[in-house]
Amino acid sequence: MDIGEFLAMGGYARYVWPAWGLSAAVLVWNAWSALRLRREALAAARRRAGQP
Amino acid sequence: MWTWIHKLGSPPHAFRILERLAPWLGWAALIVILEGAYWGLVRAPADYQQGEGFRILYVHAPAAWMSLFVYVLMALAAAVGLIWRIKLAHAAAAACAPVGASFTFLALATGSIWGKPMWGTWWVWDARLTSELILLFLYLGYMALRSSFDDRDRADRASAVLAIVGVINVPIIHYSVEWWTTLHQPASVTRLAKPAIALPMLVPLFIMLAGYQLYFGWLLCRRLQGEILRRERSAGWLKEIG
Amino acid sequence: MSEPAGLIGAMRLVVRRELTLAWRRWDEVTQPLIFYLVVTTLFPLATTPELAVLRTVGGGVVWVAALLSSLLALESVFRSDVEDGTMEQWVLSGQPLAWLLLAKVVAHWVMTGLPLVLVSPAVAAALGLPGSVWPVIVTSLALGTATLSVLGGIGAALTVGVRRGSVLLSLLVLPLAMPLLVFGARSVEQSLAGQSAAGPLQLLAAMFFLAWSLGPLAMSAAMRISVEG
Repeated sequence: MDIGEFLAMGGYARYVWPAWGLSAAVLVWNAWSALRLRREALAAARRRAGQP
Repeated sequence: MWTWIHKLGSPPHAFRILERLAPWLGWAALIVILEGAYWGLVRAPADYQQGEGFRILYVHAPAAWMSLFVYVLMALAAAVGLIWRIKLAHAAAAACAPVGASFTFLALATGSIWGKPMWGTWWVWDARLTSELILLFLYLGYMALRSSFDDRDRADRASAVLAIVGVINVPIIHYSVEWWTTLHQPASVTRLAKPAIALPMLVPLFIMLAGYQLYFGWLLCRRLQGEILRRERSAGWLKEIG
Repeated sequence: MSEPAGLIGAMRLVVRRELTLAWRRWDEVTQPLIFYLVVTTLFPLATTPELAVLRTVGGGVVWVAALLSSLLALESVFRSDVEDGTMEQWVLSGQPLAWLLLAKVVAHWVMTGLPLVLVSPAVAAALGLPGSVWPVIVTSLALGTATLSVLGGIGAALTVGVRRGSVLLSLLVLPLAMPLLVFGARSVEQSLAGQSAAGPLQLLAAMFFLAWSLGPLAMSAAMRISVEG
């Protein structure tokens, strides 16, 4: 199977790729969001404790 | 063992354990999900009826499974927090909610996308999708109740009651929706059934499911760390963290 | 546990108090009923005046309207008692709070749910549903509104301190009430088709018993959280 056939997904490409793409996007967004919240909470907690 | 559990309730200790656990879960998740994607998109054979379109199963089913798993976990954590008054358990429940809602949204969106080529419409009131929709409402209600309280302690305990009531209702809702869809069964509407199961088609499913579980474990670690920090008063132990 | 005589007496007092207050605040009792009639009227206006067509969805409309009206009434079931401190007295009274709240919800159902049930044959007739179906409608709504009173009571206890909590209450309670709707509407449909409605009615009864056995406990837990803080 060459790359063209793979991307075409037997004609279902416009369903398969958005579904997988959306899933990847949501997973990535959740990961980034969790790390960001952790970072912000760490900075805020340090400030509360009077640290630089 | 009880000393271990008791120590786990102490924020600095819990934070440190999560810090050490997270990278293992995170990297394992990445590897397993990529492996599952390879198996699901490339190696698994095409379905007899649905062609390549059935590959959406490999992102739809794990999302649906996780959406239910996370809700039950959230309710359990909330119950532990309510009954034994363990703040960390409440923090865990709070950390679970948005993640579970994300999985539910994914299950609905991928299910809808999958339905278009299969049934010709963007939405059908089939048992699985309808149950997922109601589950989304339960998550949103939980998060809405949480955010309506200024007092975090009251938010924790009130939402815990709601989560427990909700989790008892989940089997009832599931059963009633199943019953409801079997009543008016035109021949064209079928469940989003897994295709005729040949083992090469099942393997990517299990791999993706394992990957999603590891990913959720990592996510819970990081979100829980954030929750712990937000709730912590005395912060002397923060000096040691990177 | 306190002596049964004391508890039964307390519960009787609660019911009597509720009914007396209802008699004085007559409009609070009639408003949900009027809302029920108004909402029911919306459906023919939105679709068609033909009874033959309305009949096909009549069971569902009767039920949805009853659900929304009950929720509207339940929003304020505990509010005034919490605001004037009565609820705090109840929590501190030493009587099991779950039983007191149960008594209050029973009285509330008699004032708001029962009128809906009694009016429902008229509503059913307006939607083209024949008299043969009315007993099933009345039974299913009696079980359903009573169960909803408990579910709504739990939600109301959770949201009693929240500003503008009525929409939140609906958001919390309606998903939990969906099984009631499925079985209730279906019981009417089956009766309309000439079949026995025993199946869905039994399921409604099962949910009724589950709600009334466990619900007051959840209500009591929720109320303590809201009042004690």
